[in-house]
Amino acid sequence: MEFPVAPSPHSPPTAPVPVIMRRVLYALAPAAIVYVWFFGTGFIVNLSVAALTAVLAEGAVIKLRGRSTRHSLRDGSALVTAALLTFAIPPFVPWWIPAIGAAAAIVIAKQLYGGLGKNFFNPAMVGYVLLLVSFPVEMTQWVPPRMGDIDYQRLTFVQNLNYSLTGRLPDELTMDAVTRATPLDLVREGARAGQPFAAVRGGSLFGDFGGRGWEWVGNFIALGGLYLLYMGVIRWHIPVAMLAGVLVPATLLYFIDPARFAAPGFHFFSGATLLGAFFIATDPVSAASSARGRLIFGGGIGLLTYAIRTWGGYPDGVAFAVLLMNAAVPLIDRYTRPRIYGRS
Amino acid sequence: MLEYTPDRRLVGGLRLPPQKARSTGLAIKRGLRPTRLILPLAQHRSPPAQPLVAVGQRVLRGEVVAAAGSVLGANVHASTSGIVRAIGESLVPTLTGVESAPTIVIEADGKHESVDFSANLPWPGGRNAQLARLRDGGIVGLGGAGYSTAAKLGAVRPCRILVINGAECEPYISCDDMLMREAPEQILAGARIIAELLGAEQCIVAIERDKALAVDSIGQAVQPEGDPPLRLAELPQIYPAGGERQLIEVLTGEEVPAHRYPSDLGYACQNVGTAFAVYRLAAYGEPLMTRIVTVTGHGVVAPQNVEVPIGTPIAEIIAACGGYREGVRRLIHGGSMMGYALPSDALPVAKGTNCIIAATAEEVREDYTEWPCIRCGECASACPVRLQPQDLLIAARASEHAGLDALGLDECIECGCCDVACPSHIPLTEIFRRAKNAHSLHDELRREERRREADSGKES
Repeated sequence: MEFPVAPSPHSPPTAPVPVIMRRVLYALAPAAIVYVWFFGTGFIVNLSVAALTAVLAEGAVIKLRGRSTRHSLRDGSALVTAALLTFAIPPFVPWWIPAIGAAAAIVIAKQLYGGLGKNFFNPAMVGYVLLLVSFPVEMTQWVPPRMGDIDYQRLTFVQNLNYSLTGRLPDELTMDAVTRATPLDLVREGARAGQPFAAVRGGSLFGDFGGRGWEWVGNFIALGGLYLLYMGVIRWHIPVAMLAGVLVPATLLYFIDPARFAAPGFHFFSGATLLGAFFIATDPVSAASSARGRLIFGGGIGLLTYAIRTWGGYPDGVAFAVLLMNAAVPLIDRYTRPRIYGRS
Repeated sequence: MLEYTPDRRLVGGLRLPPQKARSTGLAIKRGLRPTRLILPLAQHRSPPAQPLVAVGQRVLRGEVVAAAGSVLGANVHASTSGIVRAIGESLVPTLTGVESAPTIVIEADGKHESVDFSANLPWPGGRNAQLARLRDGGIVGLGGAGYSTAAKLGAVRPCRILVINGAECEPYISCDDMLMREAPEQILAGARIIAELLGAEQCIVAIERDKALAVDSIGQAVQPEGDPPLRLAELPQIYPAGGERQLIEVLTGEEVPAHRYPSDLGYACQNVGTAFAVYRLAAYGEPLMTRIVTVTGHGVVAPQNVEVPIGTPIAEIIAACGGYREGVRRLIHGGSMMGYALPSDALPVAKGTNCIIAATAEEVREDYTEWPCIRCGECASACPVRLQPQDLLIAARASEHAGLDALGLDECIECGCCDVACPSHIPLTEIFRRAKNAHSLHDELRREERRREADSGKES
């Protein structure tokens, strides 16, 4: 009897890239629901715009590059980028904010470098930073969490959609009436004004550790992260190192001067710390590849995040920290390469 | 029995589904009588054995039909009685794949008549005489490499540690497990003979922990006295902990340097099947005529281990195991990681054939859709040699030879771990195999060029 031949190994391989990308999306879903509950339906509008733009931009560039769009779009990486970007931007912005962010992430950060696997920088963070430096007004249009401000009147989905598409608010409302500073902004301004941290965090925007609402989104982000760890999509090194990179200096400085420096729990649950640790810094393409390298990479992101938040020009620093450490990856990889068996 | 505690865990490697239980439910099937033998004369790292018989001649079981091609080879014996029908070339399984190589074809007469093995007794004293007897007895490594045992043992001097390798880490294969369950005394007696030949300071039998019955059986059979004392090392179940270099690292913490052999460091690794064969030769004068083969996979009716006369066509042992089921998609020689696909079941069982898998669609990789490398590093985490396959891939695709050297392409043992761990489903092992071939060709051309330059320098 004759049989077809194929090269070894014959054992079936592990789950393929599209399945991994799908798992990342599943892991983000609970946090997305919690986000909508606390911050309103703007998230859904932004996610739709970002996802559509990302997929169209990806398809268009792949076509220009003469590759198979059917195969490349199936990997699902564009949707992951769109979802991460949506978590990063304020829920209340005109439609062109997520559109420009997603297009920049896909076209500039990813496809111009050669597509999936070839980019040096985290696409979602490139898109976010580009938006942050280009449109500082729109990018600070945060809204308070549910129950964070009793006077706050939340927009309906239709009003939200209307603002996103036309830039028009309902007649009786002004922009100031619908946006609020974030807890990270307040802590930062408080520190500048010499207010003690304990006084700042007494405000209604604050919850048990971080911002009210934000800390719950953080909890569910961490839950999603644990799912990714359990499924083997990510390994522990980067999240642990990044969280340690934030918490170690935060704890030390908080103990030295609790009036001037924010509590470690606040840093842990605020801004993009958890999202960064589990979903952004762990992007395999732009992260270091060895275990030791990942500890350095994650630790560096954590330290830089803390430094930017505490002494830098922006309330949060995860995006800049990730991009800076992305640039250091080739060097980290080079110096953390393990010694090959039998070689000295 | 004295226990030996391994020095460390294997770096990298994969915990793969063992797939062994299917073939260990039945005792080893013995007494298989082939109708035909195709005896491969090809020998690992030695010229093929030289035929000593003529077409039409009747040969007996145990008769030498071909003599070792060099001191690095081993004799080939008929494994049943019959008439020599052809001496020529045909496809045979070798260490690395299917090759066309010299063979002797014997038509069995069904009488299974043997030569008088007592002529090979008693077992001689003295290292050289014993090595010569191993060569004459056709003993080669039965773990798969098929390298002459005499040549391998002859290279170890002095021997610090003799490792009797019963790790059997690769999925599906269970022939060593079953032999350890059924013939522990004979394996240990063989280990003693080898240890004495080598003057080994230590002798360790290494078994993966999941083979509880084999561990018990060997543990109970051993006589604690004797010099050197036999020790049992239980290994964690991880592939490829049974690879020679990996096994030495796990047991002793020592790495075999690149371009050197375990024997250079005073280590000798012998498969449990080989130890058994050495015992049969020393105690009964029997040359290597049979071996245990695992016949398994979803595609075979009654998976089990079979004692197979060397040279039996694979179709006949599949028939002895109840034949094929529906839907066999691949016939694999060896395990599912390092084994290779056979084009046909007309090929014979060679001395190195430890396993035949009749694999159905769910057991093998059939979809070769590839995704871009996302540099997740799973391949590097799985590599037991600590290579960076994701970087090697780039260098291999660019044929960048200096990069391939620096990244350690030559150290790749082709275990397949990176391949199975890769979510992008890139056939890394095959890419590295080809790169190695191209790489050595490149080296050869470069040497040739340099020689020519040197020659022309002389002339001018």
